[in-house]
Amino acid sequence: MSSSMLFNVTMVIYMVSTCIFFAFLASRAKAVGLAGTYAALFGFLVQTAAIGLRWKESYEQGHGHAPLSNLFESVVFFSWTIVLIFLIIDFKYRYRAIGFFVIPFALFGMAWAQLGLDSGIEPLVPALQSNWLMYHVITCFLGYAAFAVACGISIMYLIRESIEKGGGNVQAGGLLSMFPSIKILDDLNYKAIMIGFPLLSLGIITGAAWANYAWGTYWSWDPKETWSLIVWFVYAAFLHARITRGWVGRRAAILSVIGFAATIFCYLGVNLFLSGLHSYGK
Amino acid sequence: MTTTNKRGFAQEVWDFFCSLKLSIFLLIGLALVSIIGTVIQQGPQREYLATLSETKIRLYSALGFFDMYHSWWFILLLYLLTLNLICCSIKRLPRVWKVVSEPVLVMDDNFEKSLPNVKDLKLKGSKDELKSRMEAFLRSEFAAPVVTEKDGEYHLFAQKSPWCRLGVYVVHLSIIVIFIGALIGSFAGYKAYTNIPEGGAVSQVQTQSGKMIPLGFEVRCEKFTVSYYDTGAPKEFKSILTVMENGKPVPGFQSRPIIVNDPLTYKGITFYQSSFGQSDEGSLYHLTVRDRKGGAPVKLNARQGERIALPGGAFLSVMEATMDVRPFMRGFDGPGAQVEFTPAGGNPQPFVILSDKYESFNAQHGGDLLITFDGMDQKFYTGLQVAHDPGVWVVWFGCFLMVVGICMAFFMSHKRVWARVTDSGVTLGGSASKNPAGFEICFDDLVEKVGKA
Repeated sequence: MSSSMLFNVTMVIYMVSTCIFFAFLASRAKAVGLAGTYAALFGFLVQTAAIGLRWKESYEQGHGHAPLSNLFESVVFFSWTIVLIFLIIDFKYRYRAIGFFVIPFALFGMAWAQLGLDSGIEPLVPALQSNWLMYHVITCFLGYAAFAVACGISIMYLIRESIEKGGGNVQAGGLLSMFPSIKILDDLNYKAIMIGFPLLSLGIITGAAWANYAWGTYWSWDPKETWSLIVWFVYAAFLHARITRGWVGRRAAILSVIGFAATIFCYLGVNLFLSGLHSYGK
Repeated sequence: MTTTNKRGFAQEVWDFFCSLKLSIFLLIGLALVSIIGTVIQQGPQREYLATLSETKIRLYSALGFFDMYHSWWFILLLYLLTLNLICCSIKRLPRVWKVVSEPVLVMDDNFEKSLPNVKDLKLKGSKDELKSRMEAFLRSEFAAPVVTEKDGEYHLFAQKSPWCRLGVYVVHLSIIVIFIGALIGSFAGYKAYTNIPEGGAVSQVQTQSGKMIPLGFEVRCEKFTVSYYDTGAPKEFKSILTVMENGKPVPGFQSRPIIVNDPLTYKGITFYQSSFGQSDEGSLYHLTVRDRKGGAPVKLNARQGERIALPGGAFLSVMEATMDVRPFMRGFDGPGAQVEFTPAGGNPQPFVILSDKYESFNAQHGGDLLITFDGMDQKFYTGLQVAHDPGVWVVWFGCFLMVVGICMAFFMSHKRVWARVTDSGVTLGGSASKNPAGFEICFDDLVEKVGKA
């Protein structure tokens, strides 16, 4: 049994979970929705085991480190955190339909990691040999994941709202009848961002602390740092927008989708298109 | 007339700076303009400038795009945001403070209607009995209540974590504290750089703008080592540093290993392992000289350019050397040196000598002597980043405040419960500043317990 095999299994389970959630939207049977959640939970447990195994494998190769160091490992961890945040919100609020809009993010991450990225376990270069790596990566990615969940919820909001506005009858049936009401979607969007914003703030602070500890500058306007600040500004605007009446609902949902687009650019775009300190994308 | 106009104008300016719309506009505006600096290279390199047209370069520098985050308009936006959050806080804080410090103690009819959770309970017992029962109940199940008597009724009020309403202002304050820390750092601190060869010492460092700054002490590099993984990726860069004052090592700062992610701090100045390079000065070369007619080999050490005497009256100096000749000599490997050999009474002859693996190669020169190059003690210099930032602890304090404030603002809720006690029973009312659904459960739980009590 190798971690790579388990990651493949994880990917298949997330695909199955996505299909079950789709079947749930089509069938409107509660049991199917629950099955989708349990499939996601099972995939999450397998992925947890796989990450643990990969950690152990790195020790067997003689340079043990937490599996958070290169693009492959970070994409896998991102996918894991998305499912974690989804499960927390799912078990707390039980709106199963959200799964269909969130689990595909995790599935896409796993598929990309397994099919398109170099999965070799590399020893840590000097710059990464620090406990700050763990604090920084874990807080950042939990924050990103909460924003991914908020984005999925906002997409649901926008779909449901546009159909309601277009005079579509939501109660009559169809996929939409399993969506939570737009009021609840708006509230869940806010709640997911309330989880993500403190974690992103902590991620930026731990990153600044690490940078200060490693080379004496807590902030140097590096593209990655700047983009994390851009993301922070967008969600800070979102939170302030909650207080003014004109900026709830549709505008908040759009802001949440833009925020997640900025998050993804901060995570991947900066590495792939811009140069800077976080060079694991190359 | 003019005075009211003036007042009106001042009021308008004040309202403008207090407005939340301005906050949202500034936050989104800052997010958008920040992108420019990540797309256009900051402090551009010559190669990057060559890719831009003349007009673009003129336009970008006029707009300050090459040092965007220090341009006057970007800084102005940051100041506006700060001013906005100060004004917002000043405007709203007194109202919030009133809720915290002067709670509504009496639940009258109007106030009752405004509460999301209200429950009438018919309970047996006199007014006074019920009052003391409710008092004990709230104390044990919720929080110690304040009792007020009004119009022949008792009003009890209890609350939990009222101060969490201040969380958002703690976050606002934290941002100001972080800015103050950053300003202290930019006025009273510096970032600099220095190279120290192994065995060498420095007492001043150079800032990015080229200014020399005296340290007030000396830093000596005892040794620098670099190690690699089997894959060829670097594993560790390590300098051994000693801090010296008045020519003597400072106790506790002697031969301290410094690696990436583990710097050295002395008197508020921190030295970070940043780069390294090979230093030609001070390398020590090892040679073996043997007489071809027999006899014991003689080991010799030489420094660069130094003329050393060989047995039999000849001289030798090492001009340059390498630990691996592969890039320079096809088919050979190992250490090699370019030397100048002067036989007794003869003219200098330049040639190359290699390790003892290539005895026949080495035998081509040297007259009666067979000279072998055994290698050298390679000397490195260590490149250190030097930073002095007295504002950094202010920044960390601000970050700490921000985390505390965010936790207060997002994860805590100000929960309030009122009880009106009359002869016919008790009316319970409650509200929370956050998570109304969660508080409803808590409130229903309280109501159920009162019924049983």
